[in-house]
Amino acid sequence: MKILTGNDLKTGAVVWWDGTNWSLHVEDAIDVGDQAEEILGREEAARRVNASYAIEAMRADDGSVRPAHIKDRVRALGPTVRPDLTLKPADPEAGNWVI
Amino acid sequence: MYKYDQYDQAMVDARVEEFRDQTRRRLEGKLTEDQFKPLRLMNGLYLQLHAYMLRVAVPYGTLDSRQMHALADIADKYDRGYGHFTTRQNIQYNWIKLEDAPDILADLAKVEMHAIQTSGNCIRNISSDQFAGAAADEVTDPRPYAELLRQWSSFHPEFVALPRKFKIAVIASETDRAAMKLHDIGIRIVRNDVGELGAQFYVGGGMGRTPMIAPLIRDFVPLDQLITYSEACLRVYNRYGRRDNKFKARIKILVHEMGADEYRRQVDEEFAHLLGQGIEPPFAELERIRTYFEDPAFKDRLSDTVDRSDPDFALWVDRNCHAHKQAGYVSATISLKPVGGIPGDASAAQMHLMAELAREYSFDECRVTHAQNIVLPHVEKARLYALWQVLEENGLGTANLDQVGDIIACPGLDYCSLANARSIPLAQKISQRFAANGKGDTLGELKLKISGCINACGHHHAGHIGILGVDRKGRENYQLLLGGSEAEDTSLGKITGPGFDEDGVVDAVEKAADIYLARREDGERFLDTYRRIGMEPFKEALYGQA
Repeated sequence: MKILTGNDLKTGAVVWWDGTNWSLHVEDAIDVGDQAEEILGREEAARRVNASYAIEAMRADDGSVRPAHIKDRVRALGPTVRPDLTLKPADPEAGNWVI
Repeated sequence: MYKYDQYDQAMVDARVEEFRDQTRRRLEGKLTEDQFKPLRLMNGLYLQLHAYMLRVAVPYGTLDSRQMHALADIADKYDRGYGHFTTRQNIQYNWIKLEDAPDILADLAKVEMHAIQTSGNCIRNISSDQFAGAAADEVTDPRPYAELLRQWSSFHPEFVALPRKFKIAVIASETDRAAMKLHDIGIRIVRNDVGELGAQFYVGGGMGRTPMIAPLIRDFVPLDQLITYSEACLRVYNRYGRRDNKFKARIKILVHEMGADEYRRQVDEEFAHLLGQGIEPPFAELERIRTYFEDPAFKDRLSDTVDRSDPDFALWVDRNCHAHKQAGYVSATISLKPVGGIPGDASAAQMHLMAELAREYSFDECRVTHAQNIVLPHVEKARLYALWQVLEENGLGTANLDQVGDIIACPGLDYCSLANARSIPLAQKISQRFAANGKGDTLGELKLKISGCINACGHHHAGHIGILGVDRKGRENYQLLLGGSEAEDTSLGKITGPGFDEDGVVDAVEKAADIYLARREDGERFLDTYRRIGMEPFKEALYGQA
């Protein structure tokens, strides 16, 4: 599947396109098919996202979304060396998902 | 230390307001990201993996307690309670909001700090010896000259759009504690046979994808021609540097391709021309700057002995304290490398504490080192035990300077958008491994440096043991290098062979250390043994016999 990501213009936070808005959570990302360029152009122009791009990802059986490249998995979770600063601070095993 | 005059302050204040306006226009949509990006980079604001990152300049690594407190306040108020000290003696914040950036710069300006020229193709923060003004082995304090270079290079209209970034280091001792020969320009201040001070210029060094050791271009530039000669070096580079290819645009490539002799000839020609232009700042300006770097009010006739009855303290003294030019004093290094910690990271609380310790124990001064530690440059030996006790109580008393646990590591793929692999987890695992097996205490000096990509922010080329993270078919992979040094015996490490995965490279480091322990002769450091026995014994241990 192809999903869209970028950073929030004001805060810099990593965000993912959920079909109508930009979510902080990669599991909300939807497959945009061949619509990536059109959506990114529109959203960048509206200043709803910054430095956006399309990436390959996989949807697991449990419905979760896993970006194909480790860099985007780090972006999706947060720094593996500071679990307290990730989106899953209560899950000590969350870093394993990145690798 | 240097204090802003009205011109410094006016320039920095004006830049804050300019950036505030630019940021407002970006947020209102009047500037596109393509238009805004070079403007934010000029103010040290990057967009990294998780957020904006702000890199704040710490000129030649020197801070007073007021500035260190301000850095801690920024960490608390605008970031997530910590900062990361870098290999350019700067500090970075990883979780900055664009809308806050102008206010942060305004807060910095109140304590005579800024983020100008911490990014972009310009002359970056001038780095220096962390023991400048304190070291027993220096011929003079290099900081007034570093400050003069800072003022010359700040907003220099001719050098705001160089072919690539440009890094200068200034030292004044035979011992190199600033990786001087691995800079675009490395300056060593020396005293000649008749007692005059002058500057040796090493030009065209660097790490990155094409590491090179700078050749000596001029062995003695009179200090009243320092700026003129620097300008000549930059002019030749600015004229002929490879603007057509980003990967060949650093001055090291120019000097290498042109040849040191031809580069020297062209610089000399430009130097002769510039000497007639009168560009050197008036001597009175250097004298004015020097007054800010006069020795603090050292006490005379202090005891030069230290009570070593506490063995943990004695170990810390041996490892973390450096000889001072004034009897009764030492320079003490606070390690930001606790076992399993993140190299260079300090919490806001730790920064506040270090600021207070600088005020209480070190004439209100501290230094950031290129090895990502903090120095209190002027500590009375008689008060050292009390200082150490406070450090110990607050997790800052690790006795590991230049030991295997004192690892330089770039932020790597945990934070950096350029990285291919994570660096910090390796540093954590290696320091934990050598602490747990007890070998760390037997190895002596062993400088280990880790970079998460070929850009080499973690100085892996210059590590006695270096590690380079690469992307191998989408997975992190690590190359091991041996034999590098960024000290006065500068050398570049060589790759051992095929790379390793994360756990494999930790094992590989231990195997390399074991070879050293088995083969070392009296007094040899890891690097000495490697240089004596060569790569083969290490390769055999790592990969087996061919």
